[in-house]
Amino acid sequence: LPNIMNSLIRTAARCLRSGATVCQPRLADGRLWPTSARLLCATADLQGGLGEMVKKDKVVVFMKGTPAQPMCGFSNAVVQILRMHGVDDYAAYNVLDNQDLRQGVKAFSNWPTIPQVYFNGEFVGGCDILLQMHQNGDLVEELKKLGIRSALLDAEKESK
Amino acid sequence: MMLHVVLCCARPISTSLALTRPLAHFRPYMDPDHSRPVECAIRTKLTNTFKPDHLEVHNESHMHAVPPGSESHFRVLVVSSQFQGLPLIQRHRMINEALKEELSNCVHALAIQAKTPEQWDSNPTLAKSPPCMGGSKGDHTMEEKLKAGRE
Repeated sequence: LPNIMNSLIRTAARCLRSGATVCQPRLADGRLWPTSARLLCATADLQGGLGEMVKKDKVVVFMKGTPAQPMCGFSNAVVQILRMHGVDDYAAYNVLDNQDLRQGVKAFSNWPTIPQVYFNGEFVGGCDILLQMHQNGDLVEELKKLGIRSALLDAEKESK
Repeated sequence: MMLHVVLCCARPISTSLALTRPLAHFRPYMDPDHSRPVECAIRTKLTNTFKPDHLEVHNESHMHAVPPGSESHFRVLVVSSQFQGLPLIQRHRMINEALKEELSNCVHALAIQAKTPEQWDSNPTLAKSPPCMGGSKGDHTMEEKLKAGRE
């Protein structure tokens, strides 16, 4: 498997050269953050709202920035890892948009940092854990349990 | 480096200034108690909690969009037999718990590697952090966190 950090460094260099563009926060598949999610975040029912948010989609990521434009190297690493496995259809919530969400998700997950990854409503971990799962093959297995076939399996098949 | 670590961790937090002065000229580094209090606290807490076979604490704040001298972004590597049989998430939660004071104050990012001695022996490498993408720039909550660290 290619060294992911070196490829992230090259990608970041390309992004910096091309200049930052402002973009509307969107879910990974291009949809705008749903109004219902905004309302959930804004109310005191945030914890209940988060409970719904992490179950609504198989793969949920709380990150800084968006998959199209991550604003943090660790969040970007999560996006790149998921992309390598062909996981493009996931819910990504930008905590930089909303301080209530940013603090709320840390309390909800009992986890102090961003990014945060959920599979089937269950907290998986942050960037470090996802990276190690990617490196030791566990991620392919976990995605399989979600009914997602990792793109890396197909890449392996093609190379044989 | 080891001498620095031993001196830093063996001293209780309440050590007076007078005690640290005579030793200062033996160390090529800055006096940790005064210019790197958070790093020192992290080292002390991880040492006391995990009795690690190997410990590395790296201040990576200079790699991010924060002022020089910040103690906001850290990478830690903890090698301890206490992690035996525990899944990664539990190991990370134990480390988060040990450092919860720092994490609720000025530490904004904490990269963690938590290995058993066997895992470390078979692959003794420190992971690299990805390049910063500027997220802390214009992030007003960082100001408060950095201030909290200086108080």
